[in-house]
Amino acid sequence: MILDGKCPTGPIEKTWDKARFDMKLVNPSNKRKYKILVVGTGLAGGAAAASLAELGYKVESFCYQDSPRRAHSIAAQGGINAAKNYTNDGDSILRLYYDTIKGGDFRSREADVWRLAQVSNEIIDQCVAQGVPFARDYAGYLDNRSFGGAQVSRTFYARGQTGQQLLLGAYSALSRQIKLGTVKMFPRTEMLDLVLVDGEAKGITIRDLVTGEIRVHTGDAVLLCTGGYANVFNLSTNARGCSVTAIWKAYKKGAFFANPCFTQIHPTCIPQAGDYQSKLTLMSESLRNDGRIWVPKNKGDKRAANEIPEDDRDYYLERKYPSFGNLAPRDISSRAAKEACDDGRGVGPGGRGVYLDFRDSIKRLGEDVIRERYGNLFEMYERITGENGYKVPMRIYPASHYAMGGLWVDYNLMSNIPGLFVLGEANFSVHGANRLGASALMQGLADGYFVIPYTIGPYLAQSKPSKVKEDHAECAKSIADVKANLKKLVSINGKETPADFMRKLGNVTWNLVGMGRSKETLTEALSKLPGIKEEFWKNLKVAGNGAEVNQQLENAGRTADFIEFADLLCRDALARDESCGAHFRVEHQHPDGEAKRDDANFSHVAAWGYKGEGADPERHVEPLKFDLIKPAVRSYK
Amino acid sequence: MSGQDEHKTKTLKLIVWRQAGPDKPGRFETYMAKGITDHHSFLEMLDVVNEDLIKSGKDPIVFDHDCREGICGVCSQVINGVPHGGFERTTVCQLHMRLFKDGDTIYMEPWRARAFPIIKDLMVDRGALDKIIQAGGYTSVHTGGAPDANSTPIPRPEAEYAMDAAECIGCGACVAGCPNGAAMLFTGAKVSQFAALPQGQVEAAERVANMLKAAQDCGFGNCTNHYECQAACPKGIDVKFIARLNREYLKAMCG
Repeated sequence: MILDGKCPTGPIEKTWDKARFDMKLVNPSNKRKYKILVVGTGLAGGAAAASLAELGYKVESFCYQDSPRRAHSIAAQGGINAAKNYTNDGDSILRLYYDTIKGGDFRSREADVWRLAQVSNEIIDQCVAQGVPFARDYAGYLDNRSFGGAQVSRTFYARGQTGQQLLLGAYSALSRQIKLGTVKMFPRTEMLDLVLVDGEAKGITIRDLVTGEIRVHTGDAVLLCTGGYANVFNLSTNARGCSVTAIWKAYKKGAFFANPCFTQIHPTCIPQAGDYQSKLTLMSESLRNDGRIWVPKNKGDKRAANEIPEDDRDYYLERKYPSFGNLAPRDISSRAAKEACDDGRGVGPGGRGVYLDFRDSIKRLGEDVIRERYGNLFEMYERITGENGYKVPMRIYPASHYAMGGLWVDYNLMSNIPGLFVLGEANFSVHGANRLGASALMQGLADGYFVIPYTIGPYLAQSKPSKVKEDHAECAKSIADVKANLKKLVSINGKETPADFMRKLGNVTWNLVGMGRSKETLTEALSKLPGIKEEFWKNLKVAGNGAEVNQQLENAGRTADFIEFADLLCRDALARDESCGAHFRVEHQHPDGEAKRDDANFSHVAAWGYKGEGADPERHVEPLKFDLIKPAVRSYK
Repeated sequence: MSGQDEHKTKTLKLIVWRQAGPDKPGRFETYMAKGITDHHSFLEMLDVVNEDLIKSGKDPIVFDHDCREGICGVCSQVINGVPHGGFERTTVCQLHMRLFKDGDTIYMEPWRARAFPIIKDLMVDRGALDKIIQAGGYTSVHTGGAPDANSTPIPRPEAEYAMDAAECIGCGACVAGCPNGAAMLFTGAKVSQFAALPQGQVEAAERVANMLKAAQDCGFGNCTNHYECQAACPKGIDVKFIARLNREYLKAMCG
């Protein structure tokens, strides 16, 4: 099937204004008759729930955490982009749009990206009005910095805690609505099914994570703002609770999953220390400005780093990419680290690490200057590894940290299921094959504050409110299905825990489809996944039952979904027989290691439709068009 | 790299509070954590213990955890009598086992405060902190129509002061550490953030009055200047924000 994103036509600069004018409105006195279910309370979900409630809709909001303030948006460090041009250095909506399209390697939807760039400025205004304490200069005006290779300074930040401060802004707006009674908040709940009535999204089935109760909440529309699926690699920089579950359940009810193979790797994370490890910690990429990356020249060199003489060191980024050196783009430097380790020259426990060495810059600038620039990062590194980065080189390794793919949505952020909307990292639309730094926060808040309040109108305006009640037959069926699945999980009574299976899954996903993929590795992964799934359903061990707090049961359900989802990710990566952005098929590269796109055959979104247990999913496409700028080769020379 | 201690493991004795539910009696149980290295984080050590418990058919220890990088604020354990374990500016998830010696005994308990009922084992209900924010921890601005972000300059010292206060992660260690179970540091930090900003002035009087009333209604105690909250805070939030809270409250009451 050829999908239609239903983008407005005409000059791109006018599309959002025109679309907003053309959209049907819901009469103010009718808004309170509609109930909207919002799953997730991160930047997208928190902002959406608050903004929709302000407009007069009834909102119910759900999160698995104990409070909406803890969603994983909180962990974003760097900043948020906006085209304010406060620094007078040539920024504009057009330039932010251009950078985002190019950064996404021409695999994002043009009209959505334009809209994102256009509303970016309003986000900053909104956040300042909420009391978000952005960094300021001595005149009292907002400070900006450059980020992620952009040539302009357009990133607003609040120390290293921008995500936290923006999330607390959205949380405070949400809290105000909860107090006013317009939002009902349900923390410690997890969505386990989507309820469809006559093909439209009219409810969700949730598990109360405290009492174990399974119940349905019905509404007139459902918003999934449930984040990304980077944990499919087992270890990632995501929080432990981040999962694919909500969007996977929606996929199995018919929502299309777009570009699942577009996942991003961050090059400067602290390496894994052992099998027991639960997560990876990201350190700011800015470290690469002064640190030199190297591995020993000889395989199996067991000498301590400082005892390895200059001649026996391979500064491989400087050697391979002389013009960019240690600042080579994220994907290129990540893959180069993997190659060095695959070659047996990795350092640290397990040999999966490379040195990031500050010896020369300390000699040149003095330890005080380095401390001033990166002191908090050195402290964080020492806290986790017990090593002093001023005295011995840091060890780093790439880790998975963001998912560009997600559920397919049209221009109105509505999936192919009427009434099901998807916001933030959970959808696919604006980052294409690669996300630029400081753009994730921008997208979450854009979708929540400034897009969905408009784009939900056309759907609601044509649907009769409160059509479905909790006693509908579809609700009973969904509850029965969810209960049966949970019962199955607790009754297998095998020998291995959900964590054991996540490690097995991670061995396949991270090693075979992580940083680089080929036809061979993907075929191998696809041949191994059914075995993991089969063993999971035969040999899983979950303690306790479903009628109480049971964190292992939560993990088991999420693990089951990740195992199934991994298969779709591999299929998508195999079908996309080109390299683009973060999707690197080793068969397709330019001589300098840059991803080689195939625009003739793959200038499209791939959106997968579920065809039932055991059946191959169907690959639909949405052709991409670029009117304002023409696709070109990304060059970092 | 730390070559020589790579294979060295340690064994620890854990004495853990187990409680099946809010109204159930609780008790301490003893577990051995074996095969722990310097590189295990505290929560990874607990993961290891839990995996063993599950495999031997026992109920694993329930504890809140999520981001495991010290920012989400969900982890909440009193370790050896001190919230988060008593290492400066460190949440439980950022503790590493190199801080403990082979053979150490570690006591683990949940946050204990009247306003934080125990859900199970080490997991508590901190909904009361959300209620304090709902009472006034915001500016009542609607989405849309905000003036340009640079239309009101804010002197840098004020902006930095607001940011110092805004760093609170809402974990509740201040409450758990306080002999009165007070949420004054938590409330003071939020009130001070807005008190320092022009955006917060319009509702300043109402905000402080409503938030303090909510704290009282939730069963939090009062401040008697023990400063245990500051000592327990993993983000280093200063008690000066409680003083500011009191000044703001006085201003509100005296008009």
